[in-house]
Amino acid sequence: MKGAASKTLAIVWKDITSEMRTKEVATSLVAFALLIIVVVSFTLEPGENNGSLAASILWVALTFAGVLGLSRSFIIEKDKGCLQGLMLCPVDRSILYLGKMLSIMIFMIVVEIIILPVFIVLLDQSGFPPQLPVIALLATIGFAAVGTLFSAMAVNTRAREVMMPLLFLPIASPVIIAAIKSTGLVLSGESWGAIASWLGVMAAFDVIFLTVSPLVFEFVIEE
Amino acid sequence: MDVMAAQTDGYAIEVKRLTKVYGEHYALRGIDLSVKWGDFLAIFGPNGAGKTTLLKVLATIVKPSSGDVSVAGFNLSEDAVKVRNRIGVVSHQTLLYDDLSAYENLRFYGKMYEVADLKNRINQLVAQVGLESRLHDPVRTLSRGMQQRLAIARALIHDPPILLLDEPGTGLDQQASAMLADIIISTLTRQRTVIMTTHSLEQGAALSNRVIIIADGKIAYEGPKQQDLGSLREAYYQHTGVKN
Repeated sequence: MKGAASKTLAIVWKDITSEMRTKEVATSLVAFALLIIVVVSFTLEPGENNGSLAASILWVALTFAGVLGLSRSFIIEKDKGCLQGLMLCPVDRSILYLGKMLSIMIFMIVVEIIILPVFIVLLDQSGFPPQLPVIALLATIGFAAVGTLFSAMAVNTRAREVMMPLLFLPIASPVIIAAIKSTGLVLSGESWGAIASWLGVMAAFDVIFLTVSPLVFEFVIEE
Repeated sequence: MDVMAAQTDGYAIEVKRLTKVYGEHYALRGIDLSVKWGDFLAIFGPNGAGKTTLLKVLATIVKPSSGDVSVAGFNLSEDAVKVRNRIGVVSHQTLLYDDLSAYENLRFYGKMYEVADLKNRINQLVAQVGLESRLHDPVRTLSRGMQQRLAIARALIHDPPILLLDEPGTGLDQQASAMLADIIISTLTRQRTVIMTTHSLEQGAALSNRVIIIADGKIAYEGPKQQDLGSLREAYYQHTGVKN
């Protein structure tokens, strides 16, 4: 157990150290999400904005930025055969999955920490709802859980940039819808009780994919 | 890690009726192969013959479609993790991360293999491959030859008893290739079982004590190292239809 944890963390350390050097993934994710939010914020008239609309803009921006980051995560592994290097390591494939999933999650959380305050200001929201970090965390876990699997699947295909969103978005739609709905409600001033069912949907999604994905990851990365 | 514990009186590698099919394409067609502990086997064959697929199966990267494979006494389908602990792989790709330094790459792989006293092991290996002065430089700043030497250090980080070399000299100039061969002789072969695929009959014959030629997914020729390179060339031409 200790060995598995330290190997998972070694993969996370490797991904974060590489990213700190290049800033390739985080920079492009933040820039992409910011661009979407800024461009859309200019098109809205004062007073036109409401919670549901703002929530849709936020999660569309984060979803597409996330897809970009997910694709990059395994393309980096494909360079110089590093994915093979990982596959040669004496660990269960589920450890590789968990390591990559945690890295992707950390990148996405960093992006969200930067994007959420900007979103609140630019889309003229009255304040920062305390439920928003919980919604973001549950959605991000679901994103990373499914995204890691499909990113690994798409990297072995020819049109991987196209394949990734085509494979990922339909499967991730429950978590995207739940994130938009619950964010819309909290931006409209609703309480925890109003979003409980949506939080439940996201939690169930996370549990299902965190259970299934490590089991099928082995078959996904096999040549 | 007691990697030598698996070395029994049996074979280092035993392959029986191994087949690998991609869609409708047969990459390997019923390969039977036994490699004794301490053997250095050179595998020759034209592009697409199945050499790399065979090594990928032995390395647990590719699952066989049918057949039995055991490496270091462990069945591939049942004990893949134990097999991985006992093999080191050097291929024409370095399997190294460009943005990490040589040290960071070795540290990462060392942690994945749970190498004890990792710092000393890294220092020992980089000294063997002559990269002490570039230890903390990013891999992308190293020459192709240096990267390949670092790849050898990576493959040896856990001191595996079996080494799989898949065309390790590809893309190297003559000088770098000669240096690589020297490193292979001095660092890899000591008390290890080695399987190397190569297009160079000269290099393969010089390093190995046994050779096979694979053509169209089958072993077309098998025998001890030829003293006369001309005979090996003739056998290669006869079985593959390709001049080497």
